[in-house]
Amino acid sequence: MNKKDINNIEKEMKLANEGLSEKERTLFSDARPTPVKPLNKYLEKFLNWARAESLWILAFGTGCGAIELRPLMTSRFDMFRYGIAPRPTPRQASVFVIGGYASIKTIKRIVRSYEQMQGPKFVIALGSCTINGGMYYDSYYTINRIDHYIPVDIYVAGCMPRPEALIAGFNKLKMQIKAGKCDGMNKYAENFDWYKENQKRVIKDWNMPDYNW
Amino acid sequence: MNITTKILYAIISVLVATAYGLTLGGIVRKIYARVHGRYGPPVWQPFIDILQTHGKRVSISHGYMFYLGPVFRLAGGLGTYLFIPVIFGSVVFSNFSMAGDLLLVMYFIFFGQLGMALGAGEGGHPYSPIGISRGLAQMSTFEVPFALSVIALAIQYNTLNITTIVAAQQGSILNWTLFTNPLAVVAAMISLLGMNMHSPFSIVLAPQEIPIGPPIEMNSSFLATLQTNRGLFGAAKLVLFMNLYFGGAAHPNIFIALAIMVVKTFLIYMFSVFVGAAFPRFRPEQSMRFFLKWPTIIGIASIILVAYF
Amino acid sequence: MEQILNRLKQKIEIKSVINKRADLYFITIKKEHIELVLSHLKQQENFTHLAFLQAVDYIEDDKFQLTYMLYNYDIKVNLGIKVFIDRDKSEMTSIHKLWPHAWQYQRELKELFGIDFPGSPRVDESFVLEGWEEIPPMRRDFDTLAYSVKTFYQRPGRTTNDPKRYMKEKLYKNFAKSPESGRNDE
Repeated sequence: MNKKDINNIEKEMKLANEGLSEKERTLFSDARPTPVKPLNKYLEKFLNWARAESLWILAFGTGCGAIELRPLMTSRFDMFRYGIAPRPTPRQASVFVIGGYASIKTIKRIVRSYEQMQGPKFVIALGSCTINGGMYYDSYYTINRIDHYIPVDIYVAGCMPRPEALIAGFNKLKMQIKAGKCDGMNKYAENFDWYKENQKRVIKDWNMPDYNW
Repeated sequence: MNITTKILYAIISVLVATAYGLTLGGIVRKIYARVHGRYGPPVWQPFIDILQTHGKRVSISHGYMFYLGPVFRLAGGLGTYLFIPVIFGSVVFSNFSMAGDLLLVMYFIFFGQLGMALGAGEGGHPYSPIGISRGLAQMSTFEVPFALSVIALAIQYNTLNITTIVAAQQGSILNWTLFTNPLAVVAAMISLLGMNMHSPFSIVLAPQEIPIGPPIEMNSSFLATLQTNRGLFGAAKLVLFMNLYFGGAAHPNIFIALAIMVVKTFLIYMFSVFVGAAFPRFRPEQSMRFFLKWPTIIGIASIILVAYF
Repeated sequence: MEQILNRLKQKIEIKSVINKRADLYFITIKKEHIELVLSHLKQQENFTHLAFLQAVDYIEDDKFQLTYMLYNYDIKVNLGIKVFIDRDKSEMTSIHKLWPHAWQYQRELKELFGIDFPGSPRVDESFVLEGWEEIPPMRRDFDTLAYSVKTFYQRPGRTTNDPKRYMKEKLYKNFAKSPESGRNDE
């Protein structure tokens, strides 16, 4: 490979950040997300166990389903016994619970928050709206399938699912993580262009960086 | 004793203290859960949390100071711990105790927060400077009664060496500072409430308004370092208080001495947990005024009492 | 209440008065009089509270109906003031000087119905729709289903049931009469 090709590849790996003004572009990263290889088999298995036993939810209520997360913290349902805890910032959280319908205004924030989470990151999508639009299938501002915009690991069906269903979803997620099947982070990095294209198709005023590292 | 064995002993001591501090955190979470009528997380949950945060595949840094922040914090915790003799008379757990170590320890208590301030400030998130300014302000105020109380001890025992202070309290329960100088203990215990950042003084972390406070931008291993330090530093503070005010832990058998240490520090910690469970949170200016008022007066009174009566 | 309306009638022409309940009245007035009526009601008759400002699209008549809902805390009466404006030239006087919070309602109406309120603060900023490019979505000539199909990805296999028929079949099958047939007296 000659130098010109390398330069071209480097250019392709950079993001344009066209949504930002010229002055702001230098403030944000222009590097694309890259897939990260798992560690060796046994170490990864051990870490997956730790990840599954300590799920930190991002405390971002994205729709009506967020109300179902509150009872989980109470004495009746007590999510803490499964090692699930809320975390106020995306930097520290590992699970993103999409609570029900996501409007375009919200999906913009969802994408930003999801990208700011540090991988491996997992997504649980609650309710029919995230699966196929649910009762908002014909709405002008509610997206129909969340998995076209961010990778989803577990769906919890219902409108709205009860907290018990949510706990069942979390336990299912734990089993999947332990089996090493939840690789949304790498999936997102590998299909980055596809996800970005879908996102930009609905988010018309793209006034944010292309990737919020 | 040569330096290699000393370092080896220090490592053992640090590991035990970290594990103890983290378990203590887990136990407290369990107790809280049981009070709420919940089952609660397992006692070893803090360990899994640390593993999980360490197990993140990527991490974001915002510059050199961002790297150094958690390092400084951990150094503060290590420094505090390593100069406190954990068990009186034990070789393994005496750490690097020496003449005048009390001043060094007090310095290290402050040092971690300062380093954290520099590191978190570089994160650029607006909430971290708010948390830091609150944290540093509160720290400078609760340091006042604590320093006064330590000065009272220094006058009382004529030394700044923790080992000597512990030695002076041996023999009978009535030799404890708790009974020989109760005012100093009251002032110090109130400042311990601020140090542990439980409820009346939990404004620094303020989970509701400024989510998590200073470490808001800390992720992956940075956060794991801070969590480790929380265990270590928490244990170090409790051991320091046990040594200064509650007679330390001394027994010819090291395991019985460790058990004494565990019981005493647990009870000291429970004090701040109970207060935290019972009282709502102060606002920053309220907590500062509080620390500069009653505990400070009590601290000055304890010095006067020791020096002139 | 009669006196209030009579006093109002002396000033301007009231097209219709509907008395829904003892504490709920609707009056219809001309578009030009809105500022006069509202300031009169606020200052003289003590209707100090603007509860909401909403629009209805009467596409058949080519009109928008604006409803200003006022409340009087002394006599505890709701008074709705209806105004019809042209659908094509949808423009209305801004009332943000009477009730400062009205700017938010007006901004919402501008975005969702395309009704302009010249002079209202921040009326052109987006309210909930960010970067909307079509005609305002609450206008009835906007086809939301077509837009949804065009913009969002449909998941194949989704079925929709008519709620009324579905409920009848599933829940009330064993009843001798369905709830609908029992309501003939209405």
